[in-house]
Amino acid sequence: MNCAVLQFPGSNCDQDAVKAVAGTLSLKADLVWHETADLNAYDLIIVPGGFSYGDYLRAGAIARFSKAMQATVAAAERGAYVLGICNGFQILTEAGLLPGALRRNDHRQFRCDMVELEVVNGATDFTRAYEKARVTIPIAHGEGNYYVDDEMLKRLEENQQIVFRYASEQSPNGSVANIAGVINERGNVLGMMPHPERAVSERLGSTDGISLFRSILTSWRDGHAS
Amino acid sequence: MNFIASIRVTLKESVLDPQGSAVVHALHSLSFTSVSDVRIGKYMEVSFHADDEQTARAQVSRMCDQLLTNPVIETYSFTLAEVRE
Repeated sequence: MNCAVLQFPGSNCDQDAVKAVAGTLSLKADLVWHETADLNAYDLIIVPGGFSYGDYLRAGAIARFSKAMQATVAAAERGAYVLGICNGFQILTEAGLLPGALRRNDHRQFRCDMVELEVVNGATDFTRAYEKARVTIPIAHGEGNYYVDDEMLKRLEENQQIVFRYASEQSPNGSVANIAGVINERGNVLGMMPHPERAVSERLGSTDGISLFRSILTSWRDGHAS
Repeated sequence: MNFIASIRVTLKESVLDPQGSAVVHALHSLSFTSVSDVRIGKYMEVSFHADDEQTARAQVSRMCDQLLTNPVIETYSFTLAEVRE
């Protein structure tokens, strides 16, 4: 499985993502600069957290027009896996790869914390290795307040596209239906505000991100078994 | 013809505005107790060229739909002024 981690001006979780892929899958992910227009070689594209182009206008609004993001949209169309984390999730919603939008946190504060998540759909290509329904993964964001209207929320629920919810009664950011991560209808694009790449060793305080990366590799191998 | 579009972007009515709520509290603490709501938005001025006003309006709408606003959470309105050299 060939992995790419995109780099925008302002990305700051890109190295964490590369290290998580190396540590959990023993694979070397390529760092790909945002001006790269060809991502045909990659089976998994990670859009990392941090910032992109100063997040002018709205978080992710400008990054969406980069060559690498246009190539990511094309890659998603051919069935490659795309994982957007934090700012990466914001970019994927702006690019139209995932429904909804991420607003400023309802309490207006940047929130950096370990949070408990409910794995709502453990049957996706990104979550099939999870053996427990509750996991602990850190968040670090000021704009993670997920919004969809009632009609779209109903569709997400019916299609089982809600993959992670914040397990606490009160979400850390005000998200509609406590949503922390959603997947597209086809099942190959996942966006989430929590950072699985920061939960891959005991020294980081949690190992619950490991199963996410392992799920992707297992799914890819199943899809390529001949 | 040269135009300047003055564009107002606001959150949809159904979308909570946490910044606006914070400003309501601040105004209340300044004794402006009659304030019931504040909505915070963005204002943009775009200078551009178009053949006529109708084309110009259509262009501004497309700019707003494709980049300047996120239609999932935001709404916009604009006025257009012709700039004579």
